[in-house]
Amino acid sequence: MSLVGARVLRKEDPNLITGNGQYVDDLQPAGCTSMVFVRSTEAHAKIRSIDTAEALVLPGVLAVWTSANIAQLANCPGGLPGLDQPLLAKDVVRFVGEGVAVVVATDRYIAADAAELIVVDYEPLPAVASLSAAMAPGAVVLHEALGGNTVHFQDFENPLDDVFAAAPRTASLHIVNNRCAPTPIEPNVCLADWGRSGLTLWAAFQAPHHLRNTIAQYFGIPQDSTRVVAPDVGGGFGAKINFVPEFFLTALLSKEIGRPVKYTQTRSECLVAMLHGRAQEHDASVAFDNDGRILALKLSVTQDQGAYPNGTGMGLPVLTTAMAAGCYRIPAVAISWRNVVTNTTPVAAYRGAGRPEASYTIERLIDLIADETGVDPVEVRRRNFIPVDAFPYATHSPLAMYDSGNFAGALDELLKHVKYDELKKEQEKRRQDPAAKLLGIGFASWLEIAGFGPPGSLEAFGHLASWESAQVRIQPDGSAIIFTGASPHGQGTVTTYAQIAADELGIDFDRISVKHGDTAVVPQGIGTMGSRAVAVGGEGVKTASGRVYENAKRIAAHLLEASAEDIVIEDEKFFVKGTPARSVPWSEVAWKSFQPLELPGGMEPGGLDSTVFQQVPNFSFPSGAYCCVVEIDRETGGVNIVNMYLVDDCGTVINPLLVEGQVHGGVAQGIAQALFEHMLYDPSGVPRTSTLMDYLVPAASDLPGYVTGRTNTPNPSNTLGAKGVGESGSVGAPPAVVNAVVDALSHLGVKHIDMPVTPIKVWNILEGAK
Amino acid sequence: MIPAQFDYVEATSVADAIRLLAEHGDEAKLLAGGHSLIPLMKLRLVTPATLIDVTHIKELSYIKEDGNNIVIGALTRHRDIEQSELVKKHLPLVAHVAGEVGDPQVRNRGTLGGSLVHGDPAADLPAAALATGATMVIAGQNGERRVSAQEFFIDFLETDVQPGEILTAIEFPKHTDAGWAYEKFVRRAMDYAIVGVALQLGAKPGVALVNMSNKPHLAQSASQAISKGAAIADVLAVINDNTNPPEDLNATVEYREHLARVLTQRAFATASK
Repeated sequence: MSLVGARVLRKEDPNLITGNGQYVDDLQPAGCTSMVFVRSTEAHAKIRSIDTAEALVLPGVLAVWTSANIAQLANCPGGLPGLDQPLLAKDVVRFVGEGVAVVVATDRYIAADAAELIVVDYEPLPAVASLSAAMAPGAVVLHEALGGNTVHFQDFENPLDDVFAAAPRTASLHIVNNRCAPTPIEPNVCLADWGRSGLTLWAAFQAPHHLRNTIAQYFGIPQDSTRVVAPDVGGGFGAKINFVPEFFLTALLSKEIGRPVKYTQTRSECLVAMLHGRAQEHDASVAFDNDGRILALKLSVTQDQGAYPNGTGMGLPVLTTAMAAGCYRIPAVAISWRNVVTNTTPVAAYRGAGRPEASYTIERLIDLIADETGVDPVEVRRRNFIPVDAFPYATHSPLAMYDSGNFAGALDELLKHVKYDELKKEQEKRRQDPAAKLLGIGFASWLEIAGFGPPGSLEAFGHLASWESAQVRIQPDGSAIIFTGASPHGQGTVTTYAQIAADELGIDFDRISVKHGDTAVVPQGIGTMGSRAVAVGGEGVKTASGRVYENAKRIAAHLLEASAEDIVIEDEKFFVKGTPARSVPWSEVAWKSFQPLELPGGMEPGGLDSTVFQQVPNFSFPSGAYCCVVEIDRETGGVNIVNMYLVDDCGTVINPLLVEGQVHGGVAQGIAQALFEHMLYDPSGVPRTSTLMDYLVPAASDLPGYVTGRTNTPNPSNTLGAKGVGESGSVGAPPAVVNAVVDALSHLGVKHIDMPVTPIKVWNILEGAK
Repeated sequence: MIPAQFDYVEATSVADAIRLLAEHGDEAKLLAGGHSLIPLMKLRLVTPATLIDVTHIKELSYIKEDGNNIVIGALTRHRDIEQSELVKKHLPLVAHVAGEVGDPQVRNRGTLGGSLVHGDPAADLPAAALATGATMVIAGQNGERRVSAQEFFIDFLETDVQPGEILTAIEFPKHTDAGWAYEKFVRRAMDYAIVGVALQLGAKPGVALVNMSNKPHLAQSASQAISKGAAIADVLAVINDNTNPPEDLNATVEYREHLARVLTQRAFATASK
């Protein structure tokens, strides 16, 4: 029986749900000290002086550092040269939350007390806290080196003026993709211990090898004595692939004071110091005919980079514009983007990173076309889909060579669940009844780019390479250990990889364990991001397992005095096909694999051990069709999701339970962006949503039940056929929800509402229509 | 998120708590469920020198019938009130509202007295106390005194509990077999209300509003109108009298006033069911 495709319970859960997980903050080595930040309360100011005298003399304080103490250190890695963030602000602060000083003390409470005693004298400067303010003529400039606040501008190659001028119809939207705070359960945490034998850094991080390579290079120390460990990690959503000052500060402070130094971010800090996501504005136009067929698309993306642009943040509009056309065959596509700095928290990857923004805009435009032409939104989608026989399909972007998909098939599957005609009748009936809640039905046919990736794709973001490492090693008793470089942070990788390996090796699932997250245990790796852990890392596990199995068959054949080609396996027993009575168990093969006298000629001991650096030729393209049904309370403006139908095509499913979990979680974050979450700043750059009382992360009680379905077009870029599913929900849900809300209000002439759709926004629309 | 240093003492009885309050003076704070105080301390918005933990005073955790009243000890947990047959029978509004506070963890930890002395205009239970016409029993060095709920709430996070005093019990007049409703408008189920309305009908009616003023707010004109048997429209016309609603990310003054009317109307509809 194949384990790939089975609803296997997670190996990770018994520990995690009984409180026996081990996160960085659980570690308390002897002599451990605690670091606390003093963070800027100003969005933009000169630092006149920092008085640390009182803090320094507080009993228990071991060190107090400002930028003056680390003047020789380079700025935080990951930024753009000349625009990168200092580890501690030098002379100027550029966002609320930027680190100004750090205190190390024997415990966290003393460190926090000392931090309160530090007096920073600021000379406030004018701040620009929004894209429009940053781009206004005469706006204050954040980085002198830039001369303005635009970091990079990529203009249209051809603005398609002629196509738009000649088109029967055109329509445009200005769309704000709201800034979100990733808010994993576990904030940023790290613990550095730099002793005589080298530096060990425990960090809540998605790519420990990337951090090892970077921190060794930063300090000019060899990698053989630099160890990074990401133990259990409590979520990341992309925010934990960014280099942040605490990694480098705890390391250097540990070296300085000769003790381990731990930093645990508070929730309040996490909301302003952990890098944000989304924060784009789009100017989008479509040209189409009277039947709703799209003739051209023009998208201009303005990306808020926050105060210090970084490589990942700069990549966001590239991904957005690459995926601008979504599931549709659009004859002409023009893209343009601009990166702008503002006095806000820097922006980087957040679940989907650039692709949710793309799918949101194209799916809003599809509904706008339906509204303008009177063609049903489902039909507009059908008329424009890339047909199933058109793959591989070259888009306007060299990044996005769609390899597979069946968009109409997913929509067909979705409509089996959605009683669309009944819902439309019900909608009409309710519109006639002033006491009834309004009903809205919203669709999203979405597509994303995942499975990072083909050679060069992650190098562009500063990674060593784009492969993923997998080692499969058989122990003398016939159990197996898999070592992966794709260090997980909640994905269930330990379970899915064991499933893949169990099928390939013929070893029982319960006798396969998966090790990850420690660069001393797994020497090389890349990490978990961009829905790549199964599509790249899992493929590596399959490849390495297959190689080990072939060698095992050779040993078994030798022991059975048969030919390896004739050997099969069942219940962990090797035998010659057709003669199961005479067999050799895996445990014996494993044991003898280490004994030269038992091996076939030419085979070396220890041969049941294979390391693979798995490459893939292309990205993967998960897709799907979602439908959201909302009710709107006419009196309060409250929006309630009644139903959410989700059809995903992530190719081969390794474990349906985990795929559903990923879809549920991604959709929850998509609904969160659509209805609840918005990281807001006032015009002076002060965050208005700096606690979880104001930054509204929804809980289970605020989310609907989901109806899930599936289609399967296998990924042609790997032998598993898996495409990745980690980001899917956050790509597909926002347009489905907002399309439903706009649909509910369309009889009032509503064409668009920016996220999050709050009750007061809806109420104002309803009042305005009276 | 990391509180400043404080001393901690445990009170074993009401008398002991009063003695400790006298001993530690203005810098001391009573700790009950801690669901309002501890978050403020973690943000260092409140930095008491001493916490006097009263949670072990068994004599303050009870629900009892006393003639025409139901008396609830100040340290009674929300969860116990929510589940009490006595409260459900005679004060269904209070039992229901206790079940609307936060989430199950909060309700298993938070106390009625703690919620009331915090005096948060956005909290649920103060509105229930106002609508039902509760009386607060406050103990101090000079013995006990009684204050009506309406006089108890003075300003934002300020009540009539004076330095050295402790709220010991809440006396609720019985509202057996009377109509009631609690309507709460939130963006997330566990949030403080954007606006809430607690409505008690019957012989001694009252209506109180959540998050519509700088303190827990008894809608006096509306309550009087209900007493006089006014039509619902007439109650709605005066429901926002003397309110002072805050403006925040979720609501403008106009929207809050609108919600107060909508929710009051719904409360009447629910109460008549």
